[in-house]
Amino acid sequence: MRAPFTVLAAVGAALLVLPQFAAPYYVTLMLPFMAYAVVLLGFNLLFGYTGLVSFGHALFIGVGAYTGAVLTTRFGVRQMEVVLLAAGAAAAVVAAPVGALCVRYVKIYFGMLTLAFGMVFYTFLLKFYRLTGGDEGMRMLRPSLLGQEWAGFSKTAYLIGPYYYFSLAVLVLATGIMWRIVGSPFGLCLKTIRDNPVKAESLGLSVPRHRWYAFMVSAVYAGVGGALLATPTGNVDPTLAYWTQSGNVVFMVLLGGFSSFFGPILGAFAFIFLQDAVMSVFPYWRLVFGAVLAALVIAAPGGLMGLIGSIARRSPFEAARS
Amino acid sequence: MGGVFHAAILFLVAAGLQLVFGVQKIFNLACGSFYALGAYTGVAAVGYFIGRGGSPALFIVPLVLGGLAVGLVGFVVERGLLRFVYDRDETFQLLLTFALVLMLEDLIRMTWGAAPTSTGGLYLGYGQAHVLGTVVPVYNLIVIAASLTIALAMGWLLTRTAFGRIVRAAADNREMAEALGVDLRRVYARVFTLGTMLGTLGGALVIPATAAMSEMGIELIVEAFAVVVIGGLGSMRGAFVGALVVGVLRSLAIAVYPELEMLLIYLIVIAVLLWRPRGFFGAAAA
Repeated sequence: MRAPFTVLAAVGAALLVLPQFAAPYYVTLMLPFMAYAVVLLGFNLLFGYTGLVSFGHALFIGVGAYTGAVLTTRFGVRQMEVVLLAAGAAAAVVAAPVGALCVRYVKIYFGMLTLAFGMVFYTFLLKFYRLTGGDEGMRMLRPSLLGQEWAGFSKTAYLIGPYYYFSLAVLVLATGIMWRIVGSPFGLCLKTIRDNPVKAESLGLSVPRHRWYAFMVSAVYAGVGGALLATPTGNVDPTLAYWTQSGNVVFMVLLGGFSSFFGPILGAFAFIFLQDAVMSVFPYWRLVFGAVLAALVIAAPGGLMGLIGSIARRSPFEAARS
Repeated sequence: MGGVFHAAILFLVAAGLQLVFGVQKIFNLACGSFYALGAYTGVAAVGYFIGRGGSPALFIVPLVLGGLAVGLVGFVVERGLLRFVYDRDETFQLLLTFALVLMLEDLIRMTWGAAPTSTGGLYLGYGQAHVLGTVVPVYNLIVIAASLTIALAMGWLLTRTAFGRIVRAAADNREMAEALGVDLRRVYARVFTLGTMLGTLGGALVIPATAAMSEMGIELIVEAFAVVVIGGLGSMRGAFVGALVVGVLRSLAIAVYPELEMLLIYLIVIAVLLWRPRGFFGAAAA
């Protein structure tokens, strides 16, 4: 949990100057990383802090991404700030009823329900061609940032310049807010519920209500992350909401380490860049990633943060909850 | 009738899923991948058989043998991976099977390529039959009959044999079964292998009537998932009824209003999960 301030400052500084030094290709890779990092921060509020594993989180990524696409193409709304707010709001609107139903269950039943809701949305995207563009999806037009059009910028220049810094700002903001949330009394309540729901209930906490709030917050994060994700590709399609996408989200969090605040961010980074590295030498990245995931589950359930922690021996290795 | 054929296949895969969940309490996401593996092996086995001058009328023999043989991969998976996580949180078990999904999908792509493959029109060689006013390939009827036979055989195995009694005991109460001298490691290895074989056989049997694609596994798992939720997790009878419901509803929906196809099924799944999380035959507490 304790991340030394110096490491954080160094990482922040590196992120700020990165576009000046790194090749444009790697800077564009940072964009999905930052988008997923936002998604995972929210996801881990549910997984790491509340103890609920959603297997349908791609639903909210999809809602966010499609909100962005619909707003920019159909309604001519080009301000990214508005798009992000709308994406978060849309995710919250969907999450309110879905979450209210799902949080009545825990463990495998919670996972199955979220998976089913995710697939409902996926089939909706796929089958209602006139509304959603079917399997071809929809275009996401280049949004304006801070009221600026950036019309003179080529696509790459736009992405590695203004959009990079915009994404970074969103990520920093999202991280700051999440840091406050997990440290707040509300965050402590969630951890209590995770560790001992019966005791939490007898202490007067409404367990379903807190789970529902956590679900909503995580959905808003996924919506915002989904909208961020849509701009670099310029296109959104139903695979964003498919169940394997939800599986990848869980994978990333586990890769980074779910019992650590910064684990999910590290997980998103490792996943994106590892995927790129593997794909450049070997087309079958799923094979490699499947093996990595199996090894993680069996040997290192604490993820990368767990490994770092046990190597540094700073704090006793936080074993997986069982 | 197309719905019943689909249901027959779904039943096989879902039965494998149920068996594993009932005994090992692991929701095996990879059952769809085993199904795909069976399908590709079936195509390869038939191709080899025909290539060596085998009679096209007997293609079903290598098909079934191939499907069953590749099911042995389940033994390797259980001994090599799953046995390490039995005492872990179910999240990790689920993720391990997701890892299998990823690996198997690419293994299939590496071995057989990304393009769809099929056995061609061989299955029409058995002719067609008129059933209830519709024309159905005889092959489909054979598969339906085979699936019914397997359903009965599974019922017999689980209720009438010593192995079945041990399996049910282990499903009911692991500790008690172990205390009574049941070697759980062997039971788990066998149950998982059997569950895998049901999936691979399902894949092999479906393939003459369609084409093998690398996405077929991850697509089928969500249907098998719907089957077991509707029927009730861990129940064989549930797998049977659930498969019929999903198979028939799907073909009805396609005929009436194609957009609704899977949407309808997921909505039913959600309704069942909300009102009756145990499904129609599930006994395990939520």
